[in-house]
Amino acid sequence: MEFLLASAIGVMTAAGIYLVLRLRTFPVILGISLLTYAVNVFLFTSGRVTIGAPPVLRDNITTYTDPLPQALVLTAIVISFGMTAVVVMIGLGAFLGSDDDHVDDQPDQSEGSS
Amino acid sequence: MTHWLIAPVVLPAMLAPFIVLAARYHIGIQRVFSVVGVLMLIAISGGLAWTASDGTILLYQLGDWAAPFGIVVVGDRLSTMMVLLTVVLALFVLIYAISSGWDDRGRHFHALFQFQLMGILGAFLTGDLFNLFVFFEVLLIASYGLMIHSGGTQRLRAGVQYVLFNLIGSTLFLFALGAIYAETGTLNMADLANRVALISPEETVGIRVAAVLLLLVFAIKAALVPLHFWLPASYAEAPAPVAALFAIMTKVGAYAIIRVYTMIFPPDLAITSGLHDVWLLPAALISLAIGMTGVLAAKRLDRLVAFSIIGSMGMVLVSIALFSPEGIAAALYYIVHSTLAGAALFLIVDLVRCSRANLDLTPQPPIAGATLTASLFFIGAIAMAGLPPLSGFLGKLLVLDAAFNSDLMVWIWVIVLGSSLISIVGFARAGSILFWKAQSVVPDQEDESSAHPATMSYVAVGGLIALLAAHTVFAGQVHRYTISIAAQLFEPAPYITTVVETPGKLSTPKEEDH
Amino acid sequence: MSLFFIVALPFFGALLPGLMNPAGRSACAGVTFTVSLAAFIGLLTNLPAILAGDVVMARVDWMPALGLNFTLMLDGLGFFFALLILGIGLLIIAYARNYLSRDDNMGEFFTYLLLFQGAMVGIVLSDNILLLLIFWELTSLSSFLLIGYWKHLPEGRQGARMALTVTGMGGLAMIGGMLILGQIVGSYDLSVILQNRELIQADPLYVPALILILLGCFTKSAQFPFHFWLPHAMAAPTPVSAYLHSATMVKAGIFLMARMWPVLSGTTEWFVIVTTAGLVTMVLGAVIALFKHDLKALLAFSTVSHLGLITMLLGTGTAFGAMAAVFHIMNHATFKAALFMSAGIIDHEAHTRDIRRLGGLRTLMPLTFMIVSLAALSMAGIPLLNGFLSKEMMLEEANHTVLFNSPWLVPVLATVGSLFSAAYCFRLIGHVFFGPVRDDYPAKPHDPGMGLWLPPALLIIPVVLIGVAPFVAEPFVKLITAAVLGNAAELPSAHLKIWHGLVPALYMSMIAVAGGLAMLFVFNPALRVWENAPRPEAKAIFEAIVESAAKLAQNLILPLHNGAFTRYAAVGTITIVVAGYYAWTTGTLGTPDHELQTADPVLISGWGMLVAASVGMVFLHRNRFLSLILIGIVGLMVSIGFVFLSAPDLAMTQFTVEVVTIILMLLALNFLPNKTPIESTVLRRMRDASVAIAGGLASFALAYHYLLRDPVATSISEFHLANSYKGGGGTNVVNVILVDFRGFDTFGEIIVLSIAALLIYALTHTLLSGPVRARLLNREPDQPQAGGVHPMMMVVLTRGMMPVVMMVGFYIFLSGHNEPGGGFIAGLIVSIGVVMQYMASGFAWTSARLKYPYHGVIGAGVLVAGFTGIGSWFVDKPFLTSDFTYVRIPPFEKFELATAALFDLGVFLSVVGAVMLSLESFSRLARRAETPENIYPMDIDPSRLDVIPPPTPKEGV
Repeated sequence: MEFLLASAIGVMTAAGIYLVLRLRTFPVILGISLLTYAVNVFLFTSGRVTIGAPPVLRDNITTYTDPLPQALVLTAIVISFGMTAVVVMIGLGAFLGSDDDHVDDQPDQSEGSS
Repeated sequence: MTHWLIAPVVLPAMLAPFIVLAARYHIGIQRVFSVVGVLMLIAISGGLAWTASDGTILLYQLGDWAAPFGIVVVGDRLSTMMVLLTVVLALFVLIYAISSGWDDRGRHFHALFQFQLMGILGAFLTGDLFNLFVFFEVLLIASYGLMIHSGGTQRLRAGVQYVLFNLIGSTLFLFALGAIYAETGTLNMADLANRVALISPEETVGIRVAAVLLLLVFAIKAALVPLHFWLPASYAEAPAPVAALFAIMTKVGAYAIIRVYTMIFPPDLAITSGLHDVWLLPAALISLAIGMTGVLAAKRLDRLVAFSIIGSMGMVLVSIALFSPEGIAAALYYIVHSTLAGAALFLIVDLVRCSRANLDLTPQPPIAGATLTASLFFIGAIAMAGLPPLSGFLGKLLVLDAAFNSDLMVWIWVIVLGSSLISIVGFARAGSILFWKAQSVVPDQEDESSAHPATMSYVAVGGLIALLAAHTVFAGQVHRYTISIAAQLFEPAPYITTVVETPGKLSTPKEEDH
Repeated sequence: MSLFFIVALPFFGALLPGLMNPAGRSACAGVTFTVSLAAFIGLLTNLPAILAGDVVMARVDWMPALGLNFTLMLDGLGFFFALLILGIGLLIIAYARNYLSRDDNMGEFFTYLLLFQGAMVGIVLSDNILLLLIFWELTSLSSFLLIGYWKHLPEGRQGARMALTVTGMGGLAMIGGMLILGQIVGSYDLSVILQNRELIQADPLYVPALILILLGCFTKSAQFPFHFWLPHAMAAPTPVSAYLHSATMVKAGIFLMARMWPVLSGTTEWFVIVTTAGLVTMVLGAVIALFKHDLKALLAFSTVSHLGLITMLLGTGTAFGAMAAVFHIMNHATFKAALFMSAGIIDHEAHTRDIRRLGGLRTLMPLTFMIVSLAALSMAGIPLLNGFLSKEMMLEEANHTVLFNSPWLVPVLATVGSLFSAAYCFRLIGHVFFGPVRDDYPAKPHDPGMGLWLPPALLIIPVVLIGVAPFVAEPFVKLITAAVLGNAAELPSAHLKIWHGLVPALYMSMIAVAGGLAMLFVFNPALRVWENAPRPEAKAIFEAIVESAAKLAQNLILPLHNGAFTRYAAVGTITIVVAGYYAWTTGTLGTPDHELQTADPVLISGWGMLVAASVGMVFLHRNRFLSLILIGIVGLMVSIGFVFLSAPDLAMTQFTVEVVTIILMLLALNFLPNKTPIESTVLRRMRDASVAIAGGLASFALAYHYLLRDPVATSISEFHLANSYKGGGGTNVVNVILVDFRGFDTFGEIIVLSIAALLIYALTHTLLSGPVRARLLNREPDQPQAGGVHPMMMVVLTRGMMPVVMMVGFYIFLSGHNEPGGGFIAGLIVSIGVVMQYMASGFAWTSARLKYPYHGVIGAGVLVAGFTGIGSWFVDKPFLTSDFTYVRIPPFEKFELATAALFDLGVFLSVVGAVMLSLESFSRLARRAETPENIYPMDIDPSRLDVIPPPTPKEGV
């Protein structure tokens, strides 16, 4: 199972990075989201994984999975949600302004300097 | 118990939503609250710095939970100094933003400004690594908002790159945090320092990777080559007051490096040896060279200043990378200097922009208030290029002096001195084109009316310059203090014990299940 | 007067001229003169002490930790130079008052001049070499300003930048040298350093230090090969040339060599470097000077040549040489300053400085003629004038100097140098004043007013006096020489006198003078030869160097920072992976703590879908809509995984966030193109793929590594599990951590969310009030539109679901503390419920009925959370300290009231507000595009009403 998790993280990271290196804003943002999934799962696994032991206290149950990473991941998810919303909006604004959703500055409109 | 230590975070965090809730359509009220808030922050931070100056470690346990189980906020000499520096800078930036009307060219400037302050101050004060991540995110997202303030396609395009690159940075931060928690099972810095010491030399892979990833996260913030690419465009495109405020944001990265790599991964720690203690210095030297070469290369004034920021960060990191008390002391002195100088220069750029068609370094008719602006630029350039009599020169002397016993001493000296020569040439070129050549250009009549900057704008810039002068005149006292800061950093035992051993709620759990 | 005042006066005085500027030119000059006069008198008050042979010290600590202190020292040498600086300064100020024209900004000029004066005095009075460095660089800066004073002249700008660059470079080199010196001795105080000759000269770092310091001196004093900047500095107004570039600043290098003479001189390195440089400079300068037609250029190169002479004398390292040097410094200062001012007079009166256009001024300007000829003859080394005496001593010294084992080299070159120097002096007199009176002067020349001729005339007095009666100067010269020698050498017994008998030196100067005269007669053919001879043009070379440096920098930097984000990201990723790999490979890999757990088929199938979806995105990302669906699948799988791995809260959060994100992306995609064109080459995609795979492997390895190992010590979460109920009053530990143990994180988290919403709102607002609006209004939907925009089915459904959703949200919110759930999830669920209304019935309809000011909701949310935290201050507990109690209100059974719940309410509110505000802002963009303007007033943003007047339909169309 560990292998599955780790490989899932690896695959999502790889796909994410590949998309981040694309030329248009939209795929790049999707790539970032993929990376976010990957890192969330990674952070989650940093507490090791146990099946069927949710950290909700019950009488006469002693084994619970590590709750802390879950809390951290929850925070991370929320934050990355905000970030995604923001970057989508800014990207949209840039596109609406220039009808061009390249992430790279284009040489022609590279405002005189670099 | 007193709550002053948390005030620098809570005050802006409450002020901003209040502004949004109550005063979001009244720029006047926003300005009043914003300025008052910053003034209060200055008073509080001054008090904190004063309290911490005698070596006391201020500790504040949020939710009354003891470290490492809850989050703690710690105020030692270093963090309180950075807090004070930030809020003082914020005051002048705010004055400029108001006087130049930048804050009214879009929505929510003051709310975002306050949130930005909250993020930066929290990052300086927190004693918990994950909480540091949260505050990084706060200051980042606020900085996105400020950077694209008042829009414009060019700015938005730069903004997209800025945000995306920092998102990669945040992802990396989370990877590092996961690694660190998986390795040590804790997130509190002081507790980490204790636990990292427990790691056996037979299993160092994990912690080594974690240490490196963390360093890279902070290196991105500190614009260390080759992770600096996000900086030039975003700082150049950002509204001037925002860029000026950003002068402190790169220092957050420097601060984090100092904190983590003196306390958690000290240079003499065997299991992480051969990493940051070896690789940071060359990278920093390259940053210095690249930045100052950029000053010579830049074809636009705002880019020029942005590159000089990279260069000065290189200088700071060179000094940090010595990982010696002298080096850290020099770095801290230089951090104060370069923050003030960089901010002043960005504001001066805006003074030039006021009455110039663009910022290209080409001869154009003289700008409004040329003499005053020119002399301000001259002083700012002197400061940034590290020429006497201003603190830049003293900082350079301190760094060179601290580097005397380094293995790379020759490299450091050659690059530090050479790069400052290059920057002198660059600044002299820019200045003589902007202000002297302009005299020989005949202004064509029908060009746009040259708007004269507001007096308060000059006051703001002048204030920063005055601070630089004070930083020079009282260099002795400041340097003595930075030495004491460095001493405290290299003697982390009191910090660690204070944080870990102060009891909080239920610190001694009695076994009884419900 | 205290030394501090002498140094400080000019600096503080520098403010006055600027202030006095409106009061008129005389006022400006007056205050300036007064300031320097005060400093001058202050200096003289120390004369008795100096004559008594003791050293005046003054000290204030500045940066003791660094060894940089404000330490001043006044001895014979310092006094002599200070006297030159302030004395000639006074004359220059008086002269400048009359020289500068009405449209020159005199306040600015005198401010710079005083700054320079202060810096210069600082140099000669510093005891601390770091302090000396500071003043040293200050002179470079102020001379930069003074040379560039006439901003409209391109020569001025270039000359200024050249001077700054060259001297600045020297200064930087000197920083290195001085620091090394200080490290060797262990102190930066001259008084200490000068006592450690043996220590320094024995140190392996002596040679580098020497070279670096000499670099500073040579650049400052325009010694070969750094002599080229000085003539171009002549673009400055004549008073500046006379003051900085002949009398004082260029002597700073000489001064420093004299200062350091006791510790640095006497070694072979010193002798060879300094003597050679001096000798070459002397000859070269003299030769070039002869063929210059511009008076100031001629004088400039003669200055270079004389500085070379002095340098050579210091280089020999003998006491006699030092004495000769000191004496010549004194003499040169007098006659050269006089000459410069006279050149200025001629320029001022005849409106040209070109020798070829002058001549015959003897009768027209008799006074000037007198001054110039006396000064020039002295410079040529004619007896009964002071120049002769020091030149004799120089030749005498040259005779005893053996360079490169050749006894002839130095004497011969010295003679050649003096020959040419005599020649240009004669030419100066001959071609300017003798010959026929011409009628084509640009202006009718006549002697100037007293203000102009008096200062040089005053300087002629010592020229003659010392020339006739050298013994008057002797005690002073010996005093200074003693100061130079320190305890390194004995004071020479030789006396200053006119007649030494028939010594070789006499013959040599005869040759020189005779040859000089001869040279004048063969001047024209010689000139022709010279002009046909190829020689490097320093200015052009310098400009070329700087420009090429700039070009180089641009070619290096600009392509690197051309805004290619994809490259930035690639470089960043590679750096991270490589660094991580390095750290990994240099570490030690331990043994796993536990073995693999068996994989559940459900998990495997989920894994399969996840991998498939991720890989699918890589290949299908060009179809943006499809890739959105795929990422939805990924998110879904992740949340299922969370359910499975006992993280119900995460699953819920992930799922709800997923929904909202997808909606958001759809809204954005509504504007963006739906396809991503193929632009990158195959090669490039290969590169990206390899980077990506490397990154993937890295993260895989890391995760796999940790999954099989335990932390070094038990995780802190043990404490959370143990105390969640006792201390937090909740059984859902994750929630308790979020709202209690680590509530501060959550506080930051909701703030991030709120900022995001504010940002999105602000940006939308900016976009809609900018040019983008028109674009939106005119935009054509690129997708075929559905028939019914708001289908009945959906409306009915969402209306029916609304209360259910609210109920669920409410339940999840309440149960959050003990069961999976909590404010955040509840907030998302509720907002989804509301969003469904928007989707069903359209924006206008819904927002007309749901008039919540989402700004307010956000603000309220954060404030509630914040005040919950602050509340604990009143019971003297830290921020965010929670408390809870159990109450029983019949007929309900016992339930819990926790402050954490209040905090959670804040979370809930800000989440709802944030999500709604963002989505609403997005849909405002969309709405603008599709609906007519006239429903404007129904927009829930009151700001329009008072900020911007409602736009008329034609606007923006």
